[in-house]
Amino acid sequence: MSFLMPLRIENRASDSQVMAVLSPLMAMILTLVTGAAVFASLGHAPGEALYTFFILPLSDVYGWTELGVKVAPLLLCAMGLMVCFKAKIWNIGAEGQFIIGALGGGYLALELAAFESAWALPLVLFFGASCGLAWAALAAFLKTRFAANEILTTIMLNYIALNLLLFAVHGPLKDPDGYSFPESALFSDFTMLPLISEDYRLNISVFFALAAVAIIWTLMARTFIGFQISVLGEDASAARFAGFKEKRLVWFSLLVCGALAGLAGVSEVSGPIGQLNPYVSPGYGYTAIIVVFLGRMHPLGMVGASMLLALTYMGGEMVQMDLSLPKSITGLFQGMLLFYLLACDFLIGYRFVARGHLTGASDGS
Amino acid sequence: MDLDLLLNVLFATIRTGTPLLLIALGELVCEKSGVLNLGQEGMVLMGAVSGFIATVLTGSLLLGVIAGMMAGMLMSFLFGVLAITLVSNQVATGLALTIFGTGLSAFLGASYVGVGIEGITAWNLPFLSEIPLLGQVLFSQDPLVYLSWSIFALVYICFRSTRVGLTVRAVGENPEAANALGMSVFTVRYLAVLFGGAMAGLAGAYLSLAYTPLWSEGMSAGRGWIALALVVFASWKVQRVMLGAYLFGAASIMHLVLQGMGFEISPNILAMLPYVATILVLVVIASDAGRARLSAPLALGQPYRPQW
Repeated sequence: MSFLMPLRIENRASDSQVMAVLSPLMAMILTLVTGAAVFASLGHAPGEALYTFFILPLSDVYGWTELGVKVAPLLLCAMGLMVCFKAKIWNIGAEGQFIIGALGGGYLALELAAFESAWALPLVLFFGASCGLAWAALAAFLKTRFAANEILTTIMLNYIALNLLLFAVHGPLKDPDGYSFPESALFSDFTMLPLISEDYRLNISVFFALAAVAIIWTLMARTFIGFQISVLGEDASAARFAGFKEKRLVWFSLLVCGALAGLAGVSEVSGPIGQLNPYVSPGYGYTAIIVVFLGRMHPLGMVGASMLLALTYMGGEMVQMDLSLPKSITGLFQGMLLFYLLACDFLIGYRFVARGHLTGASDGS
Repeated sequence: MDLDLLLNVLFATIRTGTPLLLIALGELVCEKSGVLNLGQEGMVLMGAVSGFIATVLTGSLLLGVIAGMMAGMLMSFLFGVLAITLVSNQVATGLALTIFGTGLSAFLGASYVGVGIEGITAWNLPFLSEIPLLGQVLFSQDPLVYLSWSIFALVYICFRSTRVGLTVRAVGENPEAANALGMSVFTVRYLAVLFGGAMAGLAGAYLSLAYTPLWSEGMSAGRGWIALALVVFASWKVQRVMLGAYLFGAASIMHLVLQGMGFEISPNILAMLPYVATILVLVVIASDAGRARLSAPLALGQPYRPQW
């Protein structure tokens, strides 16, 4: 048989740190190559199309500020998800927590339309984050009290959140003067996030995201509870043996994620959108999952990954305008990226060696 | 509630429950072999869009159904390569499959939104459909509903009294032992995953060719996920999957009943019912955690890592 396959697979003695870093880069290259093939098959010059998708959106200052507009919500959600995933709590609910944050904060913003005070905005942000936190608390309660699978409960909560939002913008929160569109009235200036520059849509929520990176990084690397979360994810029985309170860690991780995703949601409606409508999230909560994996759960890696994934949103819009391709190509690129990443991760634990070539790593078997 | 309404509700319950039944049967077989594929939602969407496009292009509903199943199998093959051969984390891979399938189906179907087709119509089975009341509910359905019953019977018999069923279970309970007995863990798991893909694709084709007949982005509306909960609800027993699928079918069409009885409730609130029901079911099941743990395949979700 050996002549059929000159290479054989071998277990590595220990996981390769080099491959752990190289794998996301390989995944990006493979995504680009496949993307080129997709564009070619659609009758577009691959080089030009990739340029339109990945480079053109960032060719001016406006593009970079728009990148920031999308990085902020992605990074906020991703930092929260990272805490959960570190503990192997598969919270898929950032999307729902984002929507409820937007809905709750948006509701308060509409209530405070006549409240012309500098306190209006902090109240709205705080309430939005609290709503996201409360939505995540539901999942934490279901998991700790009933041991209900958090993957399924959080996904169901996502669908429920979306329907709540639809109900609100079609019903109680619909703008009475807004003809028949399912959207709320515009928020007052006192409940809108300050812009960094009047010429662009970028607002200070990008600083919230950067603060979240610093805080979560410190939390995970420097505090005891961060350590406990990591141990729980690495080896749950070791965590139990050490006397860590598992339920408390579940609560903590989910609430952190809920608050951050909720803040992301309210920042979106009090920022670039400025009102409630059915499309407050283009799937940021789901895309943030890819940010976590692609960024290797490392804060700096995730900053880079969030920029790349934010770019896929802009690239989708760009090819829609310039090449009249459907915008949904964004989802295709995002899915491919995650797929290739998981495939390349195989090389972290295994390697290919030439047949007949003996190495020490698998001698133990 | 008058009789006509009741019969209509029962008829619609079966129609609504059919895609759930198909997806859950596929996932059940997959999980029995020890593989947890969370990519159902993505496979259903790919089945729906592929089936729809194939039917629009060829004009044949049969080819559409076949294309839907093929698309589901292709997607599940991708999953298999990653999760079985490359021993990747099954949870992450399943999520990736759903994200990828959602994106790819939206991309492929973008120019088919709003296109109309002649959907799959009902077949009144001779004699059976003339049974009073029952015939109207059970035997005036479309052919895919009958197909779902045949597949159900097949899977039931397979696990009850065949060697194939035993092999799948052995691989899902203890892959090392199954391997030592000469069973190929990889082959069995691949076949189980492909079956799951075919069923999800078929369910997708059912949605876009029979249930609504049209394509719209994300049209599966979480059915793939609900089916995953159904398998837990059924504690991995085939007959309970059918019961669960129709119960959920009933929950999803409650608005028909409520409207029929003259209630005015926002459609967005009613649309939450199946999701709320799923959470309730998970709570009820999980509070009986001992039993759930006993009935789940032992090696579920654990990659099988041979020493190469």
